[in-house]
Amino acid sequence: MIEVRLFATFRIRREKILFLEAEKYATAGEIIDVLEIPREEVAILLINGRHSKADTAVHDGDVLALFPPVGGG
Amino acid sequence: MATTYQNKIVRINLKDRSITVEEIPVEKSIKYLGGRGLGTKILYDEGGAVADPMSTDNKLILMAGALTGAQVPTNGRYMAITRSPLTGMIACSNSGGVWGVKLRLAGWDGIILEDAADSPVRIHIEDHKIEILPADDLWGKTSTETEETLKALYPAASVLNIAPAAETGSLMAAIINEADRAAGRSGVGYVMGKKKLKAITVAASRKKLEPFDEAALKEAVNASMQLIKENGVTSGGLPTYGTAVLVNIINNVGSLPTKNWQGSYDERADMISGETMTDQHLVRKSACSRCPIACGRVLKRQDKEIGGPEYEVLWAYGSNCGVDDIEAIFEANYWCNELGLDAISTPCTIASAMELYQRGYITEAECEGIPLTWGSTEAIIEWTKRMGYGQTKLGQRMAQGSYRLCEHYGHPEYSMSVKKQEMPAYDARGIQGIGINYATSNRGGCHVRGYMISPEILGLPEQLDRESIEGKATWVKIFQDLTAVIDAAGMCLFTSFAMGALQYADIINAATGTNYDAAGLLEVGERIYNLERMFNKAAGMKPEDDKLPRRLTDEPISDGPSKGSISQIKVTLPQYYEVRGWDHAFPKQETLERLGLAD
Repeated sequence: MIEVRLFATFRIRREKILFLEAEKYATAGEIIDVLEIPREEVAILLINGRHSKADTAVHDGDVLALFPPVGGG
Repeated sequence: MATTYQNKIVRINLKDRSITVEEIPVEKSIKYLGGRGLGTKILYDEGGAVADPMSTDNKLILMAGALTGAQVPTNGRYMAITRSPLTGMIACSNSGGVWGVKLRLAGWDGIILEDAADSPVRIHIEDHKIEILPADDLWGKTSTETEETLKALYPAASVLNIAPAAETGSLMAAIINEADRAAGRSGVGYVMGKKKLKAITVAASRKKLEPFDEAALKEAVNASMQLIKENGVTSGGLPTYGTAVLVNIINNVGSLPTKNWQGSYDERADMISGETMTDQHLVRKSACSRCPIACGRVLKRQDKEIGGPEYEVLWAYGSNCGVDDIEAIFEANYWCNELGLDAISTPCTIASAMELYQRGYITEAECEGIPLTWGSTEAIIEWTKRMGYGQTKLGQRMAQGSYRLCEHYGHPEYSMSVKKQEMPAYDARGIQGIGINYATSNRGGCHVRGYMISPEILGLPEQLDRESIEGKATWVKIFQDLTAVIDAAGMCLFTSFAMGALQYADIINAATGTNYDAAGLLEVGERIYNLERMFNKAAGMKPEDDKLPRRLTDEPISDGPSKGSISQIKVTLPQYYEVRGWDHAFPKQETLERLGLAD
């Protein structure tokens, strides 16, 4: 399974955490698409805690975390 | 020539009650820009680096920035500048709100406070009329009590105050304005307390400053406002979630320190996150003067509205103390504002005390009924109050900060601090660049001085690899120099998520009549940064003071996505000195000459 964690405005009308079958998705981008999040709205994409891009491959056991543009100090 | 500079500073001696108006030559304002730059220069020239920081000889300068009070976004920032009683180095603490605007509209670039009164006093400023008045009835009052009392007397004024933490000698005492904005770090409140100065109220009849070129300023401001409106951070994330939005981000890169940095991943972080605060507790957002971002949080506490915690505070009282109860953190943050305590250093000191208790160095008996147990909501609230009121022997000791506390028990290594000032909420083992900033920040452990989180985590202006050290030293210098500019200008750092050096240059030029380009403006920032370093040198700083706690270099992160990481500061520090033109932590002569600091 791939654990998908959604944050900030991505949680609106969606669950905070989803578990998806790994075989169905080759890249992080495909998961973003199936969640109906426009790719350009994803400002921070983490796979297992590391910054990655939409075309990065995902594997069974990965944790994918998605954030819209956010910031602070 | 019209300019936002008032070219006037008032020197107030609290002992002999003299009030002297002094002219500031405009060339000096331009060379050091204002606020953080000009205030530090004045203090340095007057021997501030060698004054005993805990004595009444230590001067306190409250300084507006070049743009404070002008018709620009986030125009409210001012600086409290002194020699820190916590670190012994330059203390330059930034606050927002409205007070700085009023000071400028009243006709002042700054106030120099000298010596001390025999009994509590307060100052009231109304344009150029300045009075020193007795304040015995206010001494001991909390920030809200002080604010309410003085607003009743002067409804049009803005209130700046200290509170019990400063009055009882905490080295982490802050200066508060409008009851929930704070010049929080480095013990600037302690210095004001030593002077027996309780509050400064400022009222101004002017509504507007005259800039050098009004039309050009409008155009430059419009261009920047456009950028702020288009930027996802300043127009989306920050107003919706506040800085608290960082809790889940920093946790998910495995760099959210837990239990005094013994771990760096918090399973329960979501419970104390910005999402939780907004979804379940937020009354509304709030903004400082002329701010389009509105990152402030307003919460409810017993029928009254109070300010909500920033990210650093949520982390420090939360993950760093093992606490997952967000409402307990709201309460602890409230007491920091009420008692005038640094809301980062205070909980970080509690966390270090919890580790000392965990390891058996602090005993049950010393806890006097409130054990310093990880996760205890009672502990984070009650120890904050004990520290702020100077109650119990251990509370008084904790009020001196984590370094002195841990040193007393023979274990200074459990103070997660740099130059004795507690580090904030980003694990430098998982994020290499912020570690360079922690080690080299002129005021000790601090994130805002060179906010590398922006490129390393948020991807602004571009995404860097947080685990790589390549090029980080150069980035740190740029961020540190630009930050010094923004601080000296009197605008809020958060505008820099959307604006760049060019935009700040256009606004400053239109307001003050200068002719900066981006590079020229960054050079001013570099000058300020080097000036602070020379202040620290005169204050007795040693090269080995630029270092991170042993835990960050020797103990790999024990859990989470960044398990196994350590800080590579031993490699990056020499790279940073190279980039800065420094040798063994201090500026080379040629660097001082290039920046006009050689005299």
